[in-house]
Amino acid sequence: MEEPKQGAYMEVPILKQGAYLIATVQSALTDGDLLKLRDTLVVSVSKHRARGVILDLTALDVLDSFSTRTLRDLAHMIRLRGAEMVIVGIQPEVAFAMAQFGLTLEGISTTLDLEEGLAYLDGSTKPNRIA
Amino acid sequence: MEARSRIESPDVEREASTTVVSIHSDADIVAARQKGRELARSLGFSAGEATLVATAISELARNVVQYAIRGEVALWPVTSGRRRGIAISVRDEGPGIPDVDRALEDGFSTSGRLGLGLPGVRRLMDEIDIESTPGRGTLVCATKWRH
Repeated sequence: MEEPKQGAYMEVPILKQGAYLIATVQSALTDGDLLKLRDTLVVSVSKHRARGVILDLTALDVLDSFSTRTLRDLAHMIRLRGAEMVIVGIQPEVAFAMAQFGLTLEGISTTLDLEEGLAYLDGSTKPNRIA
Repeated sequence: MEARSRIESPDVEREASTTVVSIHSDADIVAARQKGRELARSLGFSAGEATLVATAISELARNVVQYAIRGEVALWPVTSGRRRGIAISVRDEGPGIPDVDRALEDGFSTSGRLGLGLPGVRRLMDEIDIESTPGRGTLVCATKWRH
Protein backbone atom coordinates (compact mmCIF):
# COMPACT_ATOMS: atom_id res chain seq x y z
CA MET A 1 0.00 0.00 0.00
CA GLU A 2 1.87 3.07 -1.17
CA GLU A 3 -0.66 5.78 -0.41
CA PRO A 4 -2.97 4.94 2.46
CA LYS A 5 -5.75 7.32 3.36
CA GLN A 6 -4.35 9.47 6.10
CA GLY A 7 -5.74 10.78 9.32
CA ALA A 8 -4.11 13.44 11.48
CA TYR A 9 -0.32 13.30 11.28
CA MET A 10 1.52 12.24 14.41
CA GLU A 11 4.60 14.44 14.53
CA VAL A 12 7.84 12.59 15.23
CA PRO A 13 10.48 14.99 16.59
CA ILE A 14 13.84 14.81 14.86
CA LEU A 15 16.81 16.13 16.81
CA LYS A 16 20.23 16.88 15.38
CA GLN A 17 23.19 15.78 17.45
CA GLY A 18 26.54 16.34 15.75
CA ALA A 19 26.53 14.34 12.52
CA TYR A 20 23.51 12.33 13.57
CA LEU A 21 19.76 12.73 13.46
CA ILE A 22 17.70 11.20 16.24
CA ALA A 23 14.03 10.53 15.51
CA THR A 24 12.00 9.48 18.51
CA VAL A 25 8.62 7.91 17.89
CA GLN A 26 6.28 9.09 20.65
CA SER A 27 3.32 6.75 20.21
CA ALA A 28 1.64 4.34 17.82
CA LEU A 29 2.02 5.45 14.21
CA THR A 30 -0.47 5.09 11.41
CA ASP A 31 0.73 3.91 8.01
CA GLY A 32 0.52 7.50 6.79
CA ASP A 33 2.58 8.71 9.77
CA LEU A 34 5.26 6.16 9.03
CA LEU A 35 5.46 7.08 5.33
CA LYS A 36 5.66 10.76 6.26
CA LEU A 37 8.47 10.02 8.73
CA ARG A 38 10.30 8.03 6.05
CA ASP A 39 10.10 10.87 3.56
CA THR A 40 11.06 13.50 6.15
CA LEU A 41 14.10 11.55 7.33
CA VAL A 42 15.42 10.95 3.83
CA VAL A 43 15.23 14.67 3.08
CA SER A 44 16.65 15.61 6.51
CA VAL A 45 19.79 13.55 5.93
CA SER A 46 20.94 15.85 3.17
CA LYS A 47 19.50 19.01 4.69
CA HIS A 48 21.57 18.47 7.84
CA ARG A 49 24.43 16.63 6.10
CA ALA A 50 23.93 13.82 8.57
CA ARG A 51 26.11 10.70 8.62
CA GLY A 52 23.84 8.65 10.77
CA VAL A 53 20.18 8.32 11.73
CA ILE A 54 18.88 6.81 14.93
CA LEU A 55 15.24 5.77 14.93
CA ASP A 56 14.00 5.23 18.46
CA LEU A 57 11.00 2.88 18.46
CA THR A 58 10.74 2.43 22.24
CA ALA A 59 7.17 3.79 22.26
CA LEU A 60 5.97 1.88 19.18
CA ASP A 61 3.21 -0.64 19.96
CA VAL A 62 3.31 -2.92 16.92
CA LEU A 63 5.60 -3.73 14.02
CA ASP A 64 3.62 -5.55 11.34
CA SER A 65 4.42 -6.37 7.73
CA PHE A 66 3.72 -2.85 6.46
CA SER A 67 5.87 -1.08 9.06
CA THR A 68 8.66 -3.64 8.72
CA ARG A 69 8.70 -3.19 4.94
CA THR A 70 8.62 0.60 5.28
CA LEU A 71 11.55 0.55 7.73
CA ARG A 72 13.57 -1.68 5.38
CA ASP A 73 12.89 0.78 2.56
CA LEU A 74 13.84 3.69 4.80
CA ALA A 75 17.16 2.09 5.82
CA HIS A 76 17.92 1.42 2.17
CA MET A 77 17.08 4.99 1.15
CA ILE A 78 19.19 6.45 3.98
CA ARG A 79 22.12 4.31 2.86
CA LEU A 80 21.68 5.49 -0.72
CA ARG A 81 21.94 9.02 0.66
CA GLY A 82 25.35 8.16 2.12
CA ALA A 83 24.33 7.73 5.75
CA GLU A 84 23.60 4.83 8.11
CA MET A 85 20.46 4.14 10.09
CA VAL A 86 20.16 2.20 13.30
CA ILE A 87 16.89 1.28 14.98
CA VAL A 88 16.88 1.32 18.76
CA GLY A 89 14.44 0.41 21.49
CA ILE A 90 12.33 -2.33 19.92
CA GLN A 91 10.35 -3.63 22.90
CA PRO A 92 10.59 -7.31 23.90
CA GLU A 93 6.87 -7.85 23.18
CA VAL A 94 7.24 -6.35 19.73
CA ALA A 95 10.31 -8.50 19.04
CA PHE A 96 8.35 -11.57 20.22
CA ALA A 97 5.46 -10.81 17.87
CA MET A 98 7.78 -10.14 14.92
CA ALA A 99 9.54 -13.45 15.49
CA GLN A 100 6.21 -15.33 15.70
CA PHE A 101 4.93 -13.57 12.61
CA GLY A 102 8.12 -14.29 10.72
CA LEU A 103 9.04 -10.65 10.10
CA THR A 104 12.68 -9.66 9.75
CA LEU A 105 14.52 -6.37 9.52
CA GLU A 106 17.12 -7.69 7.10
CA GLY A 107 19.85 -5.20 6.36
CA ILE A 108 18.90 -2.92 9.24
CA SER A 109 21.13 -2.47 12.25
CA THR A 110 19.43 -2.57 15.63
CA THR A 111 20.69 -1.85 19.11
CA LEU A 112 19.14 -2.09 22.53
CA ASP A 113 18.85 1.62 23.27
CA LEU A 114 19.89 5.11 22.26
CA GLU A 115 23.26 4.94 24.00
CA GLU A 116 24.23 1.79 22.12
CA GLY A 117 22.85 3.26 18.92
CA LEU A 118 25.15 6.25 19.22
CA ALA A 119 28.13 4.01 19.94
CA TYR A 120 27.22 1.87 16.94
CA LEU A 121 27.09 4.86 14.60
CA ASP A 122 30.40 6.16 15.96
CA GLY A 123 31.97 2.92 14.80
CA SER A 124 30.21 2.47 11.49
CA THR A 125 29.60 5.82 9.83
CA LYS A 126 31.78 7.58 7.30
CA PRO A 127 33.86 10.59 8.34
CA ASN A 128 31.96 13.85 8.70
CA ARG A 129 30.83 15.41 5.46
CA ILE A 130 32.57 18.42 4.05
CA ALA A 131 30.58 21.41 5.22
CA MET B 1 -24.74 -19.74 0.73
CA GLU B 2 -23.52 -20.00 4.29
CA ALA B 3 -20.43 -17.88 3.67
CA ARG B 4 -22.46 -15.11 2.07
CA SER B 5 -24.90 -14.88 4.93
CA ARG B 6 -22.13 -14.68 7.52
CA ILE B 7 -20.20 -12.04 5.62
CA GLU B 8 -23.23 -9.84 5.11
CA SER B 9 -24.98 -10.41 8.43
CA PRO B 10 -22.37 -10.06 11.13
CA ASP B 11 -24.81 -8.87 13.78
CA VAL B 12 -26.35 -12.24 14.38
CA GLU B 13 -25.58 -13.52 17.86
CA ARG B 14 -23.25 -10.68 18.64
CA GLU B 15 -22.78 -10.48 22.37
CA ALA B 16 -23.03 -7.35 24.45
CA SER B 17 -19.34 -7.70 25.35
CA THR B 18 -18.31 -7.34 21.71
CA THR B 19 -16.18 -4.34 20.77
CA VAL B 20 -16.61 -3.15 17.19
CA VAL B 21 -14.28 -0.80 15.34
CA SER B 22 -15.24 0.45 11.89
CA ILE B 23 -12.33 0.34 9.49
CA HIS B 24 -11.91 2.77 6.63
CA SER B 25 -8.63 4.62 7.20
CA ASP B 26 -5.15 3.89 8.52
CA ALA B 27 -6.02 5.57 11.83
CA ASP B 28 -8.75 2.95 12.33
CA ILE B 29 -6.11 0.22 12.03
CA VAL B 30 -4.31 1.71 15.03
CA ALA B 31 -7.59 2.10 16.97
CA ALA B 32 -8.56 -1.53 16.32
CA ARG B 33 -5.25 -2.97 17.43
CA GLN B 34 -5.25 -0.81 20.55
CA LYS B 35 -8.75 -2.06 21.44
CA GLY B 36 -7.53 -5.60 20.87
CA ARG B 37 -4.55 -5.13 23.14
CA GLU B 38 -6.75 -3.61 25.87
CA LEU B 39 -9.25 -6.46 25.70
CA ALA B 40 -6.52 -9.11 25.70
CA ARG B 41 -4.84 -7.53 28.72
CA SER B 42 -8.17 -7.26 30.56
CA LEU B 43 -8.68 -11.00 29.94
CA GLY B 44 -5.37 -11.78 31.60
CA PHE B 45 -3.13 -12.16 28.55
CA SER B 46 0.53 -11.30 29.08
CA ALA B 47 1.93 -8.17 27.43
CA GLY B 48 3.68 -10.40 24.90
CA GLU B 49 0.55 -12.35 23.98
CA ALA B 50 -1.49 -9.14 23.80
CA THR B 51 1.04 -7.79 21.32
CA LEU B 52 0.60 -10.93 19.18
CA VAL B 53 -3.13 -10.21 19.09
CA ALA B 54 -2.59 -6.51 18.34
CA THR B 55 -0.20 -7.37 15.50
CA ALA B 56 -2.68 -9.83 13.97
CA ILE B 57 -5.46 -7.22 14.12
CA SER B 58 -3.19 -4.60 12.56
CA GLU B 59 -2.42 -6.92 9.67
CA LEU B 60 -6.02 -7.97 9.05
CA ALA B 61 -7.39 -4.44 9.36
CA ARG B 62 -4.85 -3.20 6.86
CA ASN B 63 -6.09 -5.71 4.31
CA VAL B 64 -9.52 -4.09 4.72
CA VAL B 65 -8.17 -0.58 4.08
CA GLN B 66 -5.97 -1.73 1.23
CA TYR B 67 -8.27 -4.07 -0.65
CA ALA B 68 -11.83 -3.45 0.50
CA ILE B 69 -11.94 0.26 1.39
CA ARG B 70 -14.15 -0.35 4.42
CA GLY B 71 -15.16 -3.01 6.86
CA GLU B 72 -15.09 -3.67 10.57
CA VAL B 73 -13.16 -5.42 13.30
CA ALA B 74 -15.09 -7.11 16.11
CA LEU B 75 -13.46 -8.37 19.32
CA TRP B 76 -14.97 -10.42 22.11
CA PRO B 77 -13.98 -12.75 24.94
CA VAL B 78 -14.46 -16.48 24.44
CA THR B 79 -14.40 -19.44 26.79
CA SER B 80 -14.05 -23.15 26.14
CA GLY B 81 -14.20 -25.26 29.26
CA ARG B 82 -11.63 -23.68 31.55
CA ARG B 83 -9.84 -21.93 28.72
CA ARG B 84 -10.29 -18.24 28.15
CA GLY B 85 -9.41 -16.40 25.04
CA ILE B 86 -10.05 -13.57 22.67
CA ALA B 87 -11.84 -13.85 19.34
CA ILE B 88 -11.47 -11.38 16.53
CA SER B 89 -13.46 -11.15 13.36
CA VAL B 90 -12.58 -8.89 10.47
CA ARG B 91 -15.29 -8.41 7.88
CA ASP B 92 -15.29 -6.49 4.65
CA GLU B 93 -17.35 -6.25 1.50
CA GLY B 94 -14.33 -6.04 -0.76
CA PRO B 95 -13.33 -8.08 -3.79
CA GLY B 96 -12.86 -11.29 -1.81
CA ILE B 97 -9.98 -13.75 -1.91
CA PRO B 98 -10.20 -16.09 -4.92
CA ASP B 99 -8.17 -18.89 -3.35
CA VAL B 100 -8.13 -18.81 0.46
CA ASP B 101 -5.89 -21.87 0.79
CA ARG B 102 -3.25 -20.28 -1.39
CA ALA B 103 -3.55 -16.95 0.45
CA LEU B 104 -2.60 -18.83 3.61
CA GLU B 105 0.55 -20.16 1.98
CA ASP B 106 3.79 -18.35 2.66
CA GLY B 107 4.97 -16.22 -0.20
CA PHE B 108 1.68 -16.07 -2.04
CA SER B 109 0.19 -12.76 -3.07
CA THR B 110 -2.17 -11.58 -5.76
CA SER B 111 -0.72 -8.06 -5.78
CA GLY B 112 2.96 -8.50 -6.52
CA ARG B 113 5.41 -8.70 -3.68
CA LEU B 114 3.00 -7.72 -0.94
CA GLY B 115 1.13 -10.61 0.63
CA LEU B 116 -2.03 -10.47 2.66
CA GLY B 117 -0.05 -11.39 5.75
CA LEU B 118 -2.40 -14.29 6.41
CA PRO B 119 0.35 -16.90 6.95
CA GLY B 120 1.85 -14.60 9.57
CA VAL B 121 -1.52 -14.01 11.21
CA ARG B 122 -2.04 -17.76 11.37
CA ARG B 123 1.26 -18.08 13.26
CA LEU B 124 0.27 -15.31 15.68
CA MET B 125 -3.17 -16.73 16.49
CA ASP B 126 -4.22 -20.22 17.61
CA GLU B 127 -7.13 -20.63 15.20
CA ILE B 128 -8.02 -18.92 11.97
CA ASP B 129 -11.01 -19.38 9.71
CA ILE B 130 -11.51 -17.50 6.47
CA GLU B 131 -14.67 -17.29 4.42
CA SER B 132 -14.50 -15.36 1.22
CA THR B 133 -16.86 -14.91 -1.67
CA PRO B 134 -15.34 -13.25 -4.74
CA GLY B 135 -17.15 -9.99 -5.41
CA ARG B 136 -18.92 -10.03 -2.05
CA GLY B 137 -16.36 -9.88 0.68
CA THR B 138 -14.26 -11.65 3.24
CA LEU B 139 -14.76 -12.69 6.84
CA VAL B 140 -11.69 -13.68 8.84
CA CYS B 141 -12.28 -15.12 12.31
CA ALA B 142 -9.34 -15.86 14.58
CA THR B 143 -8.97 -16.93 18.19
CA LYS B 144 -6.10 -16.70 20.64
CA TRP B 145 -6.25 -18.71 23.85
CA ARG B 146 -4.60 -17.59 27.06
CA HIS B 147 -1.63 -19.76 27.95
